[in-house]
Amino acid sequence: MKARVHVMLKDGVLDPQGEAVRHALGTLGFAGVKGVRQGKVIDLDLSSTDRASAEAEVRKMCEKLLANTVIEKYTVEIA
Amino acid sequence: MKAAVITFPGSNCDRDLAVALAQAGFAVARVWHKDHDLPAGTDLVGIPGGFSFGDYLRCGAIAAQSPVMAAVKTHVERGGHAIGICNGFQILTETGLLPGALMRNAGLQFVCRPAGLRVTTADSAFTAGWRSGQSIRLPIAHHDGNYTIDPEGLARLKGEDRIAFTYIDNPNGATGAIAGILSTNRRVLGLMPHPERAVEAEQGGTDGSVLFRSLAGVAQAA
Repeated sequence: MKARVHVMLKDGVLDPQGEAVRHALGTLGFAGVKGVRQGKVIDLDLSSTDRASAEAEVRKMCEKLLANTVIEKYTVEIA
Repeated sequence: MKAAVITFPGSNCDRDLAVALAQAGFAVARVWHKDHDLPAGTDLVGIPGGFSFGDYLRCGAIAAQSPVMAAVKTHVERGGHAIGICNGFQILTETGLLPGALMRNAGLQFVCRPAGLRVTTADSAFTAGWRSGQSIRLPIAHHDGNYTIDPEGLARLKGEDRIAFTYIDNPNGATGAIAGILSTNRRVLGLMPHPERAVEAEQGGTDGSVLFRSLAGVAQAA
């Protein structure tokens, strides 16, 4: 079973890297990019075959290590 | 006065910190990140700067899960002193021993230069050698030193007089120009500047030795 975790900065937390990307896109002539937020995608290959327990386990991983919930939020997709 | 300095894969200020502590009078033990215990009688734990685990995932995130950090938590819960410098500060926030997080510098540049700091409180074993409000100078060298905390957390740090140092010219976008903070019991300090790189005149300044001497005095009295 595969899981995909998206980690993004929480709304309201300034993202200096996203802001730099937005600026660079403007320099390249891409007008109208009002905002850029940069995050991480983490793919996990799991031995579990139970969807619900896999999701619960990945959520624990997010809380403990994959995301810093002081500044980041996460979503979990199980495929 | 026993200090334990931890080394993670990628630490690079561990030896400097050990030398600075020894110069101040500490008996210094070196501890590996896979150790499960601190040496008996450890008064102070030093978590050094560097790039533990290559800054993978987030600065300090992997180091925070090291076996030795469980021992550091126990030491802190028992009222022991700890100092985390630069990457050490990042590790302390990642373990939850200090609030907030260190994000990428607002200017995206690695900043490496001497920085003017204000000692915001003299009420701690780390800062008792200065006067509150005194300006000092310590080197900074970091890419992720942008201290971030929510407004409630900031109000709490201010209300409890737990901001140890602020930058005179904010180099990284840190909330409230914060360079270092104290734990609730004032026995854990995390700071981005490097006091261990300012203990000999040859290093361009000796303001850092004030911190280590003050700490040694408190450890001796305890």
